[in-house]
Amino acid sequence: MMTLDSKIPPGPLETKWDRRRFTEKLVSPGNKRRLNIIVVGTGLAGASAASTLGQLGYQVKCFCAQDSPRRAHSIAAQGGINAAKNYQDDGDSVARLFYDTLKGGDFRSREANVYRLAQVSTQIIDQCVALGVPFAREYGGQLANRSFGGVQVARTFYCRGQTGQQLLLGAYSALCWQIERGQVTMHPRTEMLDLIVIDGHARGIVVRDLVTGQMTAHMAQAVVLATGGYGNVYYRSTNAGGCNVTATYRAWKQGAAFANPCFTQIHPTAIPPADTHQAKLTLMSESLRNDGRLWVPIAPADRRFPEEIPLSERDYFLERRYPRFGNLVPRDVASRAVKAMCDEGRGVGPGGHGVYLDFADVIERQGLEVVRERYGNLFEMYQRITSEDAYRVPMRIYPAPHYTMGGLWVDYNLMSTIPGLFVIGEANFADHGANRLGASSLMQGLADGYFILPYTMGHYLASAPPSSLAEEQRASCAAVERVTGRVATLLRGNGRRTAASFHLEVGKILWDHCGMARSRTGLTGALEAIPALREEFWRDVAVPGSGEAFNQELEYAGRVADFLEFAELLCHDALHREESCGAHFREEYQTTDGEPQRDDDRFAHVAAWEYRRNDSPVLHKEPLVFEFVQPTTRNYQ
Amino acid sequence: MKLTLKIWRQQGPHDAGRLVTYETDEVSPDMSFLEMLDGVNQRLILKGEEPVAFEHDCGEGICGSCSLVINGVPHGPERGIATCQLYMRRFSGGDMITIEPWRARAFPIVKDLVVDRSALDRLMQAGGYISVNTGGAVDGNVLLIGKEQAETAMDAASCIGCGACVAACKNASATLFVAAKIAHLSTVPQGKPERARRVAAMMEAMDREGFGVCGNQYECEAVCPKRISTRFIAMLNREYFRAGLVEASSSGEPDPLQAESY
Repeated sequence: MMTLDSKIPPGPLETKWDRRRFTEKLVSPGNKRRLNIIVVGTGLAGASAASTLGQLGYQVKCFCAQDSPRRAHSIAAQGGINAAKNYQDDGDSVARLFYDTLKGGDFRSREANVYRLAQVSTQIIDQCVALGVPFAREYGGQLANRSFGGVQVARTFYCRGQTGQQLLLGAYSALCWQIERGQVTMHPRTEMLDLIVIDGHARGIVVRDLVTGQMTAHMAQAVVLATGGYGNVYYRSTNAGGCNVTATYRAWKQGAAFANPCFTQIHPTAIPPADTHQAKLTLMSESLRNDGRLWVPIAPADRRFPEEIPLSERDYFLERRYPRFGNLVPRDVASRAVKAMCDEGRGVGPGGHGVYLDFADVIERQGLEVVRERYGNLFEMYQRITSEDAYRVPMRIYPAPHYTMGGLWVDYNLMSTIPGLFVIGEANFADHGANRLGASSLMQGLADGYFILPYTMGHYLASAPPSSLAEEQRASCAAVERVTGRVATLLRGNGRRTAASFHLEVGKILWDHCGMARSRTGLTGALEAIPALREEFWRDVAVPGSGEAFNQELEYAGRVADFLEFAELLCHDALHREESCGAHFREEYQTTDGEPQRDDDRFAHVAAWEYRRNDSPVLHKEPLVFEFVQPTTRNYQ
Repeated sequence: MKLTLKIWRQQGPHDAGRLVTYETDEVSPDMSFLEMLDGVNQRLILKGEEPVAFEHDCGEGICGSCSLVINGVPHGPERGIATCQLYMRRFSGGDMITIEPWRARAFPIVKDLVVDRSALDRLMQAGGYISVNTGGAVDGNVLLIGKEQAETAMDAASCIGCGACVAACKNASATLFVAAKIAHLSTVPQGKPERARRVAAMMEAMDREGFGVCGNQYECEAVCPKRISTRFIAMLNREYFRAGLVEASSSGEPDPLQAESY
């Protein structure tokens, strides 16, 4: 029987983390040398964790599927990273960052976790500066800030539109140092395909060498998953092509609870797709909403060019509906508003899938050069993709799946329901509740990796029971066999359809029924359609080549196979949550003017799902207790 | 539009490899170059043939995975972009396009258009970092960094590590890659204490990995998707010369907070 013990320390919010760090057991330096830790994934969370654990003296084995750890998808984050530094003296504080994040998540996250995140946020900036991250600076040499969606202070630190890249390269450089010192052994082009559990403890993983196809078991005293989110389950998303759910999904099947999978963030400002097969959608940074104004024509199906539509016939819908926050409302609110406009037939561009994001006012007010300096690279990117010049005509944007707040359930120590299995970064569910605020994912990834996991893991290692060599031998052989059999099955398909065609189809089912708006009817239909599609996949998929060689199509088909199972879990969770909160919008639960209706009496809980072989997943609830903050209606009007 | 593709196919590092011709006619000008190749691969898979192996990931020119030599030019005909940002509207119906992998001694071919670029990681491991521990960092505003200095560091740091500079260089030199990291870390005050050691270690690693020497042809800058400037190579040379002076002096690396003594 699965139990969910959040292990949140009692007592005042402000000192919970300090007290936890004091009461945790430590591992002596001499013993650290003898302990092996596996870290899977080298994004912000994985690279910062692997380097810090290596620095502490543990023997770390680090794995990534890319050819280099520097290519993890954190690299693509554009906008920035939040921290409660209050350098602008505009009223920011740890408490305010905590409150904004908790409220932004629509009160579906733990107070204690979010408060700790806000506390360590300031250390992250200092650490990154020490690593040489070239943050934007003012003329006087101080760190510069900008504001981001959903908040009223400027607390976002940035490196042009490439903040994720610079933070990741900082963490990667720290990782390089530890590799050079021999503390971390790096295994690039290696994909985790299963988790090895012995006597209820995570003790290793099975990986496939993507160049030779060889399957190997690696054993350790603890396993850390930093494998990112599952946004690619929608096929079309802003995620990199390689992002997938496989590692966390396999851990789920080995007994780790999966929490809140239906909390998937649809980002409002991506470039609309040009073609039905296009999977990759390019994000236009949220920072554009600082100066760009969203509008659609007032009249439906207005096919005039934007410059021909006079001001009186335009609807600046975010400013109209949310006068207090205007274009800076949080992502979920903006995405839903965009969808509502398009559903009313007022969308623009091909298929009516788009709204304008217009910079004419700021160009007139502050000049072309200012706009060019702020957003030049984004405008350039936009022009390359659409062949349109956003300095002259408004951009067209449309929402796209971007980030997943759901993930493996973890306690306050970032440990999953399998002892010894830690989950950090986007792969866990912890800190963003039902909606993540802009510039918070980089903060969370680095908080987990640099400052939280390295402390909490010691306590587990100091108290974990050893496992016998014979047991390890048996369990690792069984796991390798399991994975090898699965690969062989994938290669035996009839070859009638490509894996991509199945991915596209399951993605469409989810986008239509478990995307920006969900309903009981739609979800029930999806839950019937997905198993049938999955069956067809295993029968008809075409995977050429062999398993004992470099085979990208085999890698991809394996990931699609997991998406086809995981999609069902996503729908189960969305169906169970009979309320609208954050990114999860159930059509049955809305006010007369279309605002979401949260139900704190019935749904102020984390939904943690347990895997059952040949049966529906079982729901466990972790109640969310708000001791310090009174959940309010999230009102951006 | 209809295109003729000549694509490099090679089973593994020891296979001879050859250009194979493919005709494709389902190409729209709004497709990206990589989506066009995906289309080719989907048809190959359904014919039971092995698709063309090539690397790509983020699709927005930042991860540095994509690595195609298109008509003889790394990342193709457009300046300042990675392959994944190239769109088919750059081509016309009837065009013949040659697609080859990065070619350099330090980048052995894995399969078809995929090469092993781990040598670049080893250059970074040799010294492309500031050795500070996690925790205990001073406040980020303690050391002021002027805006222009920060911008220069950022210009250099924006390298995506794709290796196009190596592929374009007739000596297959990684000098621009190394220069970008050296320039980034020696421009910010945090990187100064290790300046001399870093540049010496990275230059030595470049030789060890089989990269050639810089011949000042500037092919690297011409193909760099982030337009990293060769002026950073001048900075690298200066840093390397300076490292020699530091090594020769008895007092070692001067205090970074003092006025520049070299």
